[in-house]
Amino acid sequence: MTPILELKGITKQFPGVLANDHIDLSLNKGEILALLGENGAGKSTLMNILYGLYQPDEGEIFINGEKVMISSPTDAIEAGIGMVHQHFMLIPVFTVAENVMLGYESVKYGDFLDREDASKKISEIAETFNLPVNPRDMVRDLPVGVQQKVEIIKLLYREAEILIFDEPTAVLTPQEADELFKIMRSLAEQGKSIIFITHKLREVLDVADRIMVIRLGAVVGETTPDEADKNSLAAMMVGREVSLVVEKEEKTPGDVVISIQDLVVADKFQNIVVDHVSLEVRAGEIVGIAGVQGNGQTELVEAITGLQKSSGGQITLLGEDISRATPRQITELGSAHVPEDRQADGLVLPFPTAENLVLCTYYKEPFSKGVVLQYQTILEHAEKLITDFDIRTPSALTPVSNLSGGNQQKVIIARELSRPIQFLMASQPTRGLDVGSIEYIHKRIVQKRDDGCAVLLVSPELDEIMELSDRIAVMYRGKILAVVNRSAVTKEEVGLMMAGVMPEEDFTAKKKHVVERTF
Amino acid sequence: MKREPKKLEEAGNVLLQEVNEPGDEHSAPKRSLWNVIAIPVLAIVTGLIIGAILIAATSTTVYAAFGESFGQGLSTALNEISTAYQALFTGSIGDPGRIISALGSGDERAIRSAFNPFLESLVQATPYIFAGLAVALGFRSGLFNIGVEGQLFIGAACATFVGYAITGLPTIIHMPLAFLAGALGGALWGFIPGLLKATTGGHEVINTIMMNWIAFRLTEWLLSGPMNRPGAAGMPISPLIEESAQIPQFFQTPIRFHLGFFIALGVAWLVWWLLFKTKWGLNLRTVGANPRAAKYAGLNVAKSYMLGMAISGALAGMAGGVQILAVNRSMALGLSSGYGFDSIALALIGNNHPLGVVLASILFGTLRNGATRMMVVSRIPIDIVDVLQAIILMFVAAPAIIRGIYRLRKPKHEEETVFVSGWGGGQS
Amino acid sequence: MTSATQTIEHKRIYEISPSRKLAMGIAELLIALVILFGFVLNSAPGTLTRFVMTPGGIDVGTMGDWIIPTRSTLIALLIITTAIGIYQLIRGFGRATNGMIGLCGLFLIFGFLTWQAGGTSVNLAGMLASAVLLAVPITLGAFSGVLSERAGVVNIAIEGMMLMGSMFGALIGSITNSTWIGLLAAILSGMLLSLLHAVLSIKYKINQIISGTVINIFSAGMTAFISQKYLQTNQALNNPPLFPRIPIPGLANIPLLGPILFNTNVFVYLMFILLVVIQVALFSTRWGLRLRSVGEHPRAADTLGIDVIKTRYVAVILSGLVAGLAGGFFTLGSVGRFNEGMTAGKGFIGLAAMIFGNWRPLGAIGAGFLFGFADAIGSKLSLLGSVIPPQIMAMAPYVITMIVLAGFIGKGDMPAADGEPYDKE
Repeated sequence: MTPILELKGITKQFPGVLANDHIDLSLNKGEILALLGENGAGKSTLMNILYGLYQPDEGEIFINGEKVMISSPTDAIEAGIGMVHQHFMLIPVFTVAENVMLGYESVKYGDFLDREDASKKISEIAETFNLPVNPRDMVRDLPVGVQQKVEIIKLLYREAEILIFDEPTAVLTPQEADELFKIMRSLAEQGKSIIFITHKLREVLDVADRIMVIRLGAVVGETTPDEADKNSLAAMMVGREVSLVVEKEEKTPGDVVISIQDLVVADKFQNIVVDHVSLEVRAGEIVGIAGVQGNGQTELVEAITGLQKSSGGQITLLGEDISRATPRQITELGSAHVPEDRQADGLVLPFPTAENLVLCTYYKEPFSKGVVLQYQTILEHAEKLITDFDIRTPSALTPVSNLSGGNQQKVIIARELSRPIQFLMASQPTRGLDVGSIEYIHKRIVQKRDDGCAVLLVSPELDEIMELSDRIAVMYRGKILAVVNRSAVTKEEVGLMMAGVMPEEDFTAKKKHVVERTF
Repeated sequence: MKREPKKLEEAGNVLLQEVNEPGDEHSAPKRSLWNVIAIPVLAIVTGLIIGAILIAATSTTVYAAFGESFGQGLSTALNEISTAYQALFTGSIGDPGRIISALGSGDERAIRSAFNPFLESLVQATPYIFAGLAVALGFRSGLFNIGVEGQLFIGAACATFVGYAITGLPTIIHMPLAFLAGALGGALWGFIPGLLKATTGGHEVINTIMMNWIAFRLTEWLLSGPMNRPGAAGMPISPLIEESAQIPQFFQTPIRFHLGFFIALGVAWLVWWLLFKTKWGLNLRTVGANPRAAKYAGLNVAKSYMLGMAISGALAGMAGGVQILAVNRSMALGLSSGYGFDSIALALIGNNHPLGVVLASILFGTLRNGATRMMVVSRIPIDIVDVLQAIILMFVAAPAIIRGIYRLRKPKHEEETVFVSGWGGGQS
Repeated sequence: MTSATQTIEHKRIYEISPSRKLAMGIAELLIALVILFGFVLNSAPGTLTRFVMTPGGIDVGTMGDWIIPTRSTLIALLIITTAIGIYQLIRGFGRATNGMIGLCGLFLIFGFLTWQAGGTSVNLAGMLASAVLLAVPITLGAFSGVLSERAGVVNIAIEGMMLMGSMFGALIGSITNSTWIGLLAAILSGMLLSLLHAVLSIKYKINQIISGTVINIFSAGMTAFISQKYLQTNQALNNPPLFPRIPIPGLANIPLLGPILFNTNVFVYLMFILLVVIQVALFSTRWGLRLRSVGEHPRAADTLGIDVIKTRYVAVILSGLVAGLAGGFFTLGSVGRFNEGMTAGKGFIGLAAMIFGNWRPLGAIGAGFLFGFADAIGSKLSLLGSVIPPQIMAMAPYVITMIVLAGFIGKGDMPAADGEPYDKE
């Protein structure tokens, strides 16, 4: 049987990086092919080539055995290719129907939109593939899980035969992810062919028929879920044996460093996003906040670091009430903050590394005397941190925009951890990094904890929370559902709580159900 | 690879250079002078060429000559252009022949008047320097100050008022006082949009534009009402300022070259020092380059915006003040010939760096001064200067066009000034 | 940049931020105070205000004068304004907040007129008729802004395009002695400038505000240059014919409305036609859906096969067309000759009207009328013998704009990708 899609020798060179190196790939009808690789391995580049967003330097694409040229998304859509992007390509202020028909509109009297017709078609698709949505809803009012269904309907509306899912589970709970996998399965059964891009091992083993592993832009292996397990896949993906566990000694935590009582935070529309949260972190322990993105973690972190005013409750850091304090006052008390978006929040990209390393302290002795900056001291300080934290940069004067993601994150880690701190607020500290950098940063955080620092870690990656935390707090819809000792829970239980299911509620029955599934 | 800075001074300078022109990743800070000035210089040259075409294309004599023969037309066109540009040159720099003969004669008066065109260019450049600095400092602080024109008017009005209403003070007190009043007026006018941006998120572009028009109407009313010159018969003009408030001119009339030019240079140095040598400057620049990161690092973004707009406005106010106190000596409505918008071009041509702004201002001052003579000699309206400035600004803002025309290589790292986009900016 | 956190729940139903709610309430109460102390307490009981309801020089659609008791009217206005302000403070008007502050502004203006004309008479209809005419360039400027900003391109060059349009309208209109060819020239010059804006900001991706500034400086210089070189030396080149007043049969006979709206300049009719056309085109057609998608999320549009670059070019050029038309109004519809800088910031006020009108044609025309009315009163003040200097009154539109925009920008229906160049990567 001819494969529905074949890529031959796809090569794409970006300045300084060989993103795709002669990649061959074939996809059969009705199959789910998983494309597994680390961040930056070249998966997304390959798919963007297939979708016509990039042009390959070399290589050919065949659909149903026929060679095709895909030079724009229009070509891809005509060839029956559709893509659910990692960041949704939806327009929040448009309705579901408008979003779905955009670019492929139903019209009447010439150029007038026929919203009725489109809505009817959408309802039909929704019924056939079991994707319940209301065509008249405004997209911005929909939960993320439903938005993703709209994305899928968009592809089906265009009668796509080849569906690409680019990291579709990043914003979903484990349970929502399972629902998505069910949808993918049923799509495959109805004859659609699916390419599923991910870096999460569990998902690959769960849903794929076939697995292709990409490393540094080249295919390094192909296997099936039956032949592979987590460790073998991880080794293929990273290119060496990786220890998936961070070594960490048991420690008895010390005094309470930060105490949050009944904290309420409202957004600018007066919706309560952090709902009466209470939490304590002691010296020498890591408390991990587990939860799907958008359940109030960001606002909680912003309230703790003074970036957002709270509407109720109290935060006490080292005995001082910081509910009304400014970020600088909180920093000066001895706290550090690794923000979740390093490029937007953590760094000033056009500035040299040296200046970024003193971003929080430049105004104090010894970096300033009076109002005059002491560049000699600032440079010496930078040289020292560059050595200490193994930041790979040509010089302390190189703008951080020229550094790699891992080294940019190291600049932030160096800036925050090199200060004498007693509390560390780490928000997604390893987002989008390669395994090497992740290991390094994890080690640094654990080291800080061993030195007696209190660490609050926020991460949507359950694995990271499970590996690093001493205690875990689960956040759901702005509330902390439970705070548990790491040793007392399994990953499945935390996953369930992330979806809002409390351990008390009929827990035994649920537990049985969960165990049957492979996480 | 690393260049070890030897002294404190050098360390600062190297870092400063980096800040301004992020260099190649591998050859840390070095960037040749040509790389820095190529775009502005070629933009100016191209602007002048387009200006030449405009001069020829709007000349009836040229058309008449082309009617006779193509060669005739071409030579007439070139002739017209060279006459005009010669006038531009002698009007702004001076007549070389006259300078040589004056120097030869040794007559002090002759020398002075031979150099007068150049000195007059510096006089024209003085308000430009202040106004350009205002916009450049705004850009560095993440603010797009289109309101320089209004701040300049208010600054001028304040300086004028202090200049004529207070009497009996010695020059040493009165002159600085009037100048500072101008700065203060401008600062207030700039502070209001800064305050609105910091507290309500109102976009400074639209608000400064509105403040411009309010300033025009306000000064119109002031000059025809409360600040009207007695006996002006309803003409909107202020009384003359006291002699003690005047910024001294160095030579006798008609040479207007004055102390204000050196004040401008001093202020330019001060702005450079503030921006690149002090913690306040680092604060402003950090907020300008990435307000979110600045907020996360504990900087007070709102305060920084207000301070940035106030300083920017103060600089603009000084532009108005210096013009009143040193040149005009009383205020009328035709005070500004579009300094406000030109200053955006100045800041960009000068790469938002005080030294660059000073050089660009002297260039614009020269152009404007020369254009006056060009108008007399070739009857070309002085507004051609605005056209040239727009074209130069366009080329400086879109270096790709210049690179395309002259087949230049694109530098590896181009500095990106952080600009506002859309109306969404504001609140952080 | 994509946001790091994708929120699970988007409960963002249109709501007004509390600080804005507060600010608007206070502004409305301030207006009430002005009415109280400025007008009510300064008016003598028993005086009458006479409003003439037919503009001068009109003989169809006439109407008798409208006579109202000065003080009682003012008290009524005071009560309504106060009530609106209090309700705004306590409950808030939600979506209608903008409309309410606009209404209070109107009351203020009407109150002022009633007070000023206490004991005498004022030609209200004439004032309204001139307000409509003064609103034309502002509204057209706002339409121009709506077209380009809905596609994600900020256009502060409307002022420059208008100025260029008015100059070429006068020049070509004078040469050909034809209003329509002059208007065509005005439109074409606006379109050419907008093409430049499009090339600079879409192709070369330079900052759109800088690109707009280039055009504004260029237009100011070029129009002054040509004006001095030709128009002032040869007056025949600056003497274009004017569009006559065209009464619409039947409608022109309606009292009050007829003379103001249906017995007027062709530009007023064009403005209303454009209102309908743009409103329908943007919100009910495929073309409009695509244009708006490009302004909201160009990358999403691109992945669906929509040509972002082409769409933006078309939008910006249409924006220039409307701005050029607005320019033509000055020389061919209103003054009958070109003066340097004659647009006097109307393009910028148009931009403010666009923002005030929430990037919608209907809102834009409402804001345009408000600003036009303020202008009309300003120019009539001296005739009324008012104590308020006309220059101070002339500040009103700018001050209103700043108050209205405080806390509003970025929170209305602003296109999400407004001002951001599109990079295909």
